[in-house]
Amino acid sequence: MHKDQGKTGGVKGYLTKRRLYVVGCITLLCFSFGFVWNTYNDTWEFTSSKVSYIMSNNTQDLDDFHKVNLLSNHTCFLEDLLQVKLPRMIYTKPQILKPSRSDVLTMTPWFAPIVWEGTYNSEILNEQFRRRNVTVGLTVFAIKKYVVFLKKFLETAEMYFMVGHRVNYYIFTDRPEEVPEVVLKEGRNVVVLQVQNYPRWQEISMRRMELISNFSQRFINEVSYLVCVDVDMRFNDQVGVEILSNLFGTLHPGFYAAERQSFTYERRPASQAYVPSDEGDFYYAGGFFGGTVMEVYKLTKKCHEAIMMDKANGIEAIWQEESHLNKYFVYYKPTKILSPEYLWDDDMGRPEILKKRRFLAVRKNHAAIRNK
Amino acid sequence: MTREEYKNIAQACRSEIRKAKSHLELQLARDVKRNKKGFFRQADLDETFSVLPRRTDVLLMSPWLAPIVWEGTFNRDILNAQYRQKNSVVGVATFAVKKYVRFIEGFLGSANKFFLSGHRVNFYLFTDHPEKVPSMKLAPEKRLFIIPVQNYPRWQDISMNRMDIISSHIRSCWRYEVDYLYSMDIDVQLFEHIGVEIIDTLVGTISSWQYTEPRENNSYERRQESRAAIPSGEGDFYYAASFYGGSVSEVYKLTTACYKGIMEDRASGIEAKWHEESHLNKYLLYHKPTRLLSPEYYWDEELIRPRIVKVKRLSSVHKDLKEVRF
Repeated sequence: MHKDQGKTGGVKGYLTKRRLYVVGCITLLCFSFGFVWNTYNDTWEFTSSKVSYIMSNNTQDLDDFHKVNLLSNHTCFLEDLLQVKLPRMIYTKPQILKPSRSDVLTMTPWFAPIVWEGTYNSEILNEQFRRRNVTVGLTVFAIKKYVVFLKKFLETAEMYFMVGHRVNYYIFTDRPEEVPEVVLKEGRNVVVLQVQNYPRWQEISMRRMELISNFSQRFINEVSYLVCVDVDMRFNDQVGVEILSNLFGTLHPGFYAAERQSFTYERRPASQAYVPSDEGDFYYAGGFFGGTVMEVYKLTKKCHEAIMMDKANGIEAIWQEESHLNKYFVYYKPTKILSPEYLWDDDMGRPEILKKRRFLAVRKNHAAIRNK
Repeated sequence: MTREEYKNIAQACRSEIRKAKSHLELQLARDVKRNKKGFFRQADLDETFSVLPRRTDVLLMSPWLAPIVWEGTFNRDILNAQYRQKNSVVGVATFAVKKYVRFIEGFLGSANKFFLSGHRVNFYLFTDHPEKVPSMKLAPEKRLFIIPVQNYPRWQDISMNRMDIISSHIRSCWRYEVDYLYSMDIDVQLFEHIGVEIIDTLVGTISSWQYTEPRENNSYERRQESRAAIPSGEGDFYYAASFYGGSVSEVYKLTTACYKGIMEDRASGIEAKWHEESHLNKYLLYHKPTRLLSPEYYWDEELIRPRIVKVKRLSSVHKDLKEVRF
């Protein structure tokens, strides 16, 4: 760059401004190139959620998420779509006149499948997810004495959870040194996240919402789907990609056949989790829910905000975060629902409709293990 | 106890039960008289929260968990509420070439009334006789775009080139104008509401001709030389090319892939058994649709409607094939 002497203003002042201007332009060009390059290389689906998450980091209003999603859908480049083509597969032809299960409801009125044994073909679903290169995150909270459940939980998860797919176990604990060493299969990792504990077990349970939403910024870069479960459980049968969807909940084993009025929704209007007696579709369990990172973030954030508002008003929902989860699902309907096969307690017996018991409660002495 | 005693007791029980039942029914009738709204809520309650399936005569979900849309399985109010939040626009591509222009009025008139009523729809009507399109008054949220297109001597070519035309229009302009795109035959009429239950990422309609047939009887293309060939032992359903659609990106992928197959077949001197429908079936076998429409959504009027097809929403119009195609 030539030194322009005596043209306008002082020599030094003119050069600095011009240089700054040029440097600024180049930086801007580099940023926009980098942005375009990244969107080009990502898949259609993941791009829109990623972009909208970053862009609406500050505006946490849910409507903005929807608007931004739509915007990014419109301007995507058609040529770079990832084609998920299945290979040749041999299986029995589905029959139009033969429903897969005639003893249970297999679909909600808003087209969310209810996953029961016999309604799906694992082979097809596994292929679809494998081709989309999906990593699943499993979040579990082992606070205070609950660390004792981790060994069985992880060992059985290795046998039955998302076998053949990539899994990250996110273990939230206040005692990281007590996390057991478990032999993991290929493509599976354990990530230990140290968090604080609280004196009351109800508080620990409710704070899970806050922690999951806070850590979503990390999760979105590592996994496509999040599955949030209780730790005092063990896997007993296949829990695979048939559960994955944008937003899914599980039917509570105690209420799948109950009437609306007997659901243990929060019934006090003073609470944010209040559900009127003539509303609500199902009673969902707080111990097994999930979806894409984006949707789980929205859910956990909303629930956490509601919990804090209740705290400020001096009220605690009857079933803690489960009440808030149920309120959320009334107005933001899940896109898939898991049958009680996916969350069962053997103390409830073995009804005819339960062909498989996949995820079971582990016996514990409530008094001994809570609040310690 | 003696047989007599038992009989007396059983009779007494039965009459008591009868009395109790009639008392309950009287109560219910009185409640309805007093509070109609409460009754409907009760009815709605029974409808929604039972664990029992609404329909036990048909398959409601494919093995890859894609819903199959049948009457009585969905609640349009919930779906409408969810759909309205997205502020989407739906496009419908339809072709009226040569003598098929006579079907335009029937199609547009019935679609205006029954297709996604209350929601924004852009009808893209491709025709080689734009001057023959009758002027029609459409609902405020519906728009009609008339696009001139060339015709071909063979009706099979007209049918197959639809894939190419749709693909290129998505690429050039539709991806900015609409979120979802459906391709429909023009020689149809709607008789019942078709609403947002059809909106999903990739949607195929199960053909009214072959939904009960075993695989070997489905009219897939079987000659290995064709790009549309489906080997025996494979195939889920037979899909109708008269009504399919989905998100703009998925329909783009579908039409591009199908047209590529058609061109490759042409170069090899072979034409698939059912033209672009064969290619569509091959595509949907290896790219599973995310929602399936039952034969209610495209019923061939030549067939007698069975009991499982409770509603005829969209039906082909009676025509003399020889006269109208050539």
